[in-house]
Amino acid sequence: MEQVNWLTGSLVFLAAAVLAVPIARLLGLGSIIGYLAAGIVIGPFGLALVRDAQDMLHFAEFGVVLMLFLVGLELEPRRLWALRRPIFGWGSVQLIGSAALMFGVAMLAGIGWKLALVAALGLALSSTAIGLGALAERNLMPTTSGQSVLSVALLQDVAAIPILALLPLLAGVGVASEEHAAPSGWWSAAKAIAVVVAIVLGGRLLLRPALRWIARSKTPEIFTAASLLLVVATATLMQAVGLSMALGAFLAGVLLAESEYRRELETDLEPFKGLLLGLFFIAVGMSIDFAVVLQRPAVVALVVVAFLLLKALVLWGMARLMPIPRPERPVFIILLAQGGEFGFVVFQGAAQAGVIDAPVSSLLVAAVAVSMLLSPLLLVLADRYWIPRLAGAATPRLKEIDEQQSAAIIIAGFGRYGQVIGRLLFANGFRPTVLDHDAELVEVVRRFGWPVFYGDATRLDLLRTAGAASARVLVLAIDDMAQSIEVARIVREHFPQLTIVARARNVRHYYELRNLGVEHIERETLDAAISTGRSVLEQLGMRPHQARTLALRFRKHTVDQLELMRPHSQDEAKLIAISKQGRQQLEQLFAQERELASQRAQRTPWEAEATAADTDR
Amino acid sequence: MADVLIIAAHPHLEHSRVNQALMHAAGQLGGPRVDVRDLYALYPDYLIDVDAEQDSLSKAKLIVWQHPIHWYSMPALMKLWIDDVLAFGWAYGPRGTALKDKDLWLVASTGDPEDSYRPNRYNRYFFDAFLAPYEQSAALCGMRFVPPLVLHGAHRASRAEVDAHAKLYESRLLSYPDWPELAEMEPVEECAVPADARPES
Repeated sequence: MEQVNWLTGSLVFLAAAVLAVPIARLLGLGSIIGYLAAGIVIGPFGLALVRDAQDMLHFAEFGVVLMLFLVGLELEPRRLWALRRPIFGWGSVQLIGSAALMFGVAMLAGIGWKLALVAALGLALSSTAIGLGALAERNLMPTTSGQSVLSVALLQDVAAIPILALLPLLAGVGVASEEHAAPSGWWSAAKAIAVVVAIVLGGRLLLRPALRWIARSKTPEIFTAASLLLVVATATLMQAVGLSMALGAFLAGVLLAESEYRRELETDLEPFKGLLLGLFFIAVGMSIDFAVVLQRPAVVALVVVAFLLLKALVLWGMARLMPIPRPERPVFIILLAQGGEFGFVVFQGAAQAGVIDAPVSSLLVAAVAVSMLLSPLLLVLADRYWIPRLAGAATPRLKEIDEQQSAAIIIAGFGRYGQVIGRLLFANGFRPTVLDHDAELVEVVRRFGWPVFYGDATRLDLLRTAGAASARVLVLAIDDMAQSIEVARIVREHFPQLTIVARARNVRHYYELRNLGVEHIERETLDAAISTGRSVLEQLGMRPHQARTLALRFRKHTVDQLELMRPHSQDEAKLIAISKQGRQQLEQLFAQERELASQRAQRTPWEAEATAADTDR
Repeated sequence: MADVLIIAAHPHLEHSRVNQALMHAAGQLGGPRVDVRDLYALYPDYLIDVDAEQDSLSKAKLIVWQHPIHWYSMPALMKLWIDDVLAFGWAYGPRGTALKDKDLWLVASTGDPEDSYRPNRYNRYFFDAFLAPYEQSAALCGMRFVPPLVLHGAHRASRAEVDAHAKLYESRLLSYPDWPELAEMEPVEECAVPADARPES
């Protein structure tokens, strides 16, 4: 490319992204839609500022490769091993199930079996880029649905290779025997395995020392270059043997997930990933062939709706069986129902191999692109109308508390904080009723023998069943501040006899509970921090008892001060003033006492430790 | 204004029938006239609020120390209270006149029966012998040491005896300062601590 072209190209892409993405986010649509819209606007069917959409797509695919490398970095080998069943089990179910269903429907519709098979396989794939991008944007990666989407996407990455290899076979025996004769098939399989083994071994044995050596050069940009080189090299190796570049990058990422350079690699590659992925989405937007769409809009619409519905049907069944929590299902279904960038490759490859003709190929590509454009929009719609309803009517995996309880103590929230309280109480023969709404946690602590009920303490009926009307103390140990406050509000309103003993995450939380009339509140880190401070004083040579007394007095001062500031909890300036004043008072007090003590010690050393009146008589 | 201040100290109040009955009697009086400070409830961490204690002492006319006898003396927190609160220069010594002319009344209970406090028995001394530190502490602060109210053999006291003891306590608290023995008491002997007995502070 000429330099002038390169510059105008960058100008167009960057300007489009910088304008479109903030606007899309402002409208609550998310950045992916912004990129796609920018692509449509600058593409051949918009302002026609850029024409080579396909070239751009190939270049920007590297963004997807980088993204998978970063996804791999977040996934230690141990956790990947734990995902082997979702990947191969559910991944295969999705791919084969969707493809089979679509193939069947296409055959019934009277489409030739070759076209039906290619279309079914190509459309069964989903966009890793949009899927993982949307998950990352919504912080859903660690959830069940996030992990499931990742698992299926990984299987699809693996499966794309045999699908592509199948195309020449479909085109006819003659073509296939030339390129993929049995011996060379064995040979390429062996090469592929060798490369994967090389990456795994190399990643384990060579990469870390190499990175250490590079890091020692203390040149940040060289470390960045090395990070990029690592990904590019892995991708090149994989491509050379006909494997998926993204898959190789993912493997390399997993192998480095436990290394000390994980964070550095992440921060170095993140901006590249973000920009290239943006470019990729722009390219997808540009590559939507509106000519095809406008020529036969009804057909395109039919294909899009049909394949989205069929895939969604399979995914819905999977979500029920896996099971994925109900409020997370829409995201799972929408992200995997859409077509994917591998679909482009499959259809183009099929057209080149002569399995399908060019107009059909571009129609299918258009359908995939439209679905990729639709899915972020569908997500936004699901957020507004679908998920809130599911969340309300969530049917949990565990049975909720349903037998009337009558213990004198109820513990709401049995995480790290509640467990300590529970142990203290159980050890002393009390049998509190314990509630927690985290199903996984409930299952784990039950295995340790704790009688814990599953249930959401913010629900009045469950509180009643837990015995709130007859209990004396409610221990509010929930870590989520909004929920904690909600429980306190409900209890104050409906069970005024119930004394609340609460955990406060921070000062704001403390004040909010306090303003609801809760009297017994402990700030969760205060005592641990004071104990630490006490240890520090002891290490400085202070006698343990003196350190204890100072720490206890400091604690009392701090607690008193907090109460003193409560009426002004909305007025930050006043709050700061009072807190400064309080700190000064405390410093002065301690300074005076030190002065007194040292005076006494100087005059009569033998009496330095005398504090009581009668020690000298 | 509370003119009777009860400093109560029992580390295991939950196990003491006698002191529970006394606390109950005192607590019922409560209100403006009687101020009860339950040290083990106020200071479970043994961090005594000296200012608050001195403040309530200043207001009182009769100071009651209500506690069980442990090891011929008072429970640990009660002793710490004395160490911390009855400070030099406040309760005694130069300008230490905050408690001057108040009355100090010990209300104690012992586990052992009274006749164990005999020279020929296992406690070897008459009970009064152990009261000398109390009496002198009061004197040093310029307080009259009113004859104590002691329930001996608290472990074996019957319900009726405990009730009668609590009743007596209650009526005494109510009738203060109209106690016959107060009229007969000698004024407190001055125990001025010389200024140079302690370093100036």
